[in-house]
Amino acid sequence: MYNFEFERPSTVEDAVRALAGDEAQALGGGQTLIPTLKQRLAMPSKLVSLTGIDSIRGVCVADDGAVCVGGATTHATVAREAAAAYPALAALAGQIGDPAVRNRGTIGGSLANNDPSACYPAAALGSGATIVTNAREIAADDYFQGMFETALEEGEIITEVRFPVPQAASYQKFDQPASRFALVGVFVARFAEGVRVAVTGASAEGVFRWHEAEAALAKNFAADALKGLSLSADGMIGDMHGTPEYRAHLAGVLAARAVAAA
Amino acid sequence: MTSVSMTVNGKPVSGEVEGRTLLVEFLREGQGLTGTHVGCDTSQCGACVVHVNGEAVKACTIFAAEAEGAEVTTIEGMAEADGTLHPIQQAFQDHHGLQCGFCTPGMVMSAAALLKENPQPSPAEIRDYLEGNICRCTGYHNIVKAILAASGQDANAIAAE
Repeated sequence: MYNFEFERPSTVEDAVRALAGDEAQALGGGQTLIPTLKQRLAMPSKLVSLTGIDSIRGVCVADDGAVCVGGATTHATVAREAAAAYPALAALAGQIGDPAVRNRGTIGGSLANNDPSACYPAAALGSGATIVTNAREIAADDYFQGMFETALEEGEIITEVRFPVPQAASYQKFDQPASRFALVGVFVARFAEGVRVAVTGASAEGVFRWHEAEAALAKNFAADALKGLSLSADGMIGDMHGTPEYRAHLAGVLAARAVAAA
Repeated sequence: MTSVSMTVNGKPVSGEVEGRTLLVEFLREGQGLTGTHVGCDTSQCGACVVHVNGEAVKACTIFAAEAEGAEVTTIEGMAEADGTLHPIQQAFQDHHGLQCGFCTPGMVMSAAALLKENPQPSPAEIRDYLEGNICRCTGYHNIVKAILAASGQDANAIAAE
């Protein structure tokens, strides 16, 4: 690992200032970034840890019922503290990595990285969440812009993620057991105004909404409503763990399971 | 270089570290606490699990500087000062919960975190919690028995089911 300066500010303002320099990078829980640094795939001159900022940690419920998760909140905390207000979100957080990873990894780190096989992007897109940064609010539909690409600007920090709570929801993850990422994961959420279906782990473009499934489920929220629907294998990830066709098929199976479990 | 201070196994310690110094390097090389092992160095195997402020973390995937001011417990902090083993360590010995022993420090620290959260876990819950701890001797069965025993449950009865 190349060396770097390390800062651990205690306010968002100080973190934004620290990130203003060239080649400075924000550090969440480090469960992806530290392995990346060890492989010398990144070479920041400075790391700015966000875990010392109390104001962006924790889970609360807003007046409108939305579940608000601070950007530096760990997966373990979400699994515990969102369980009553948004069980599907808590269950998703409780399946990320392993217990020690969940004690460090943060929601902001996961969403800023936007790994195409990560779980949280499916929850954010599937819930129609709002990603709140130090500068603005970004709708999940505008936030995810392709594999490891997001709408975040250089030095922009995720301070909060606001999840509207659906009437029913479930996340079904088919584990890749070595990495504990999703080989494919599907988040289904039913709201009064419609159904959202977000698929992670499948597309080379990262998380995406399966609009045909959403339309079918809006008419009839039942696993049977998905019969006959299929995703194209074009643009799906193909690797040693699964072909594009396998992933496309798995997305359909998991979507049906998510509807049945929701 | 920056200086870091933390409490390790109840003792205040401090030292000079680089930004990139991992907590496990600070513990092993800085403090001579070589009980915490580095197996994979890629946060997969769990041999380096220690407790930071009471929570199990992989010491190879946290910088020493991130533990500034923290209470850290390593495997060396588990036994009593007179050498009496921690009940989890004793259970590992009684139930042959190790073969080569390389993964054992991480297994014991993960088990301690589990029992704090869930004092009477089922065998399935133990296996699930140890997802991030790999034993290359494939000694999982006796590890699960040891943790059942450490939690006051009858390990032999459950294992015979």
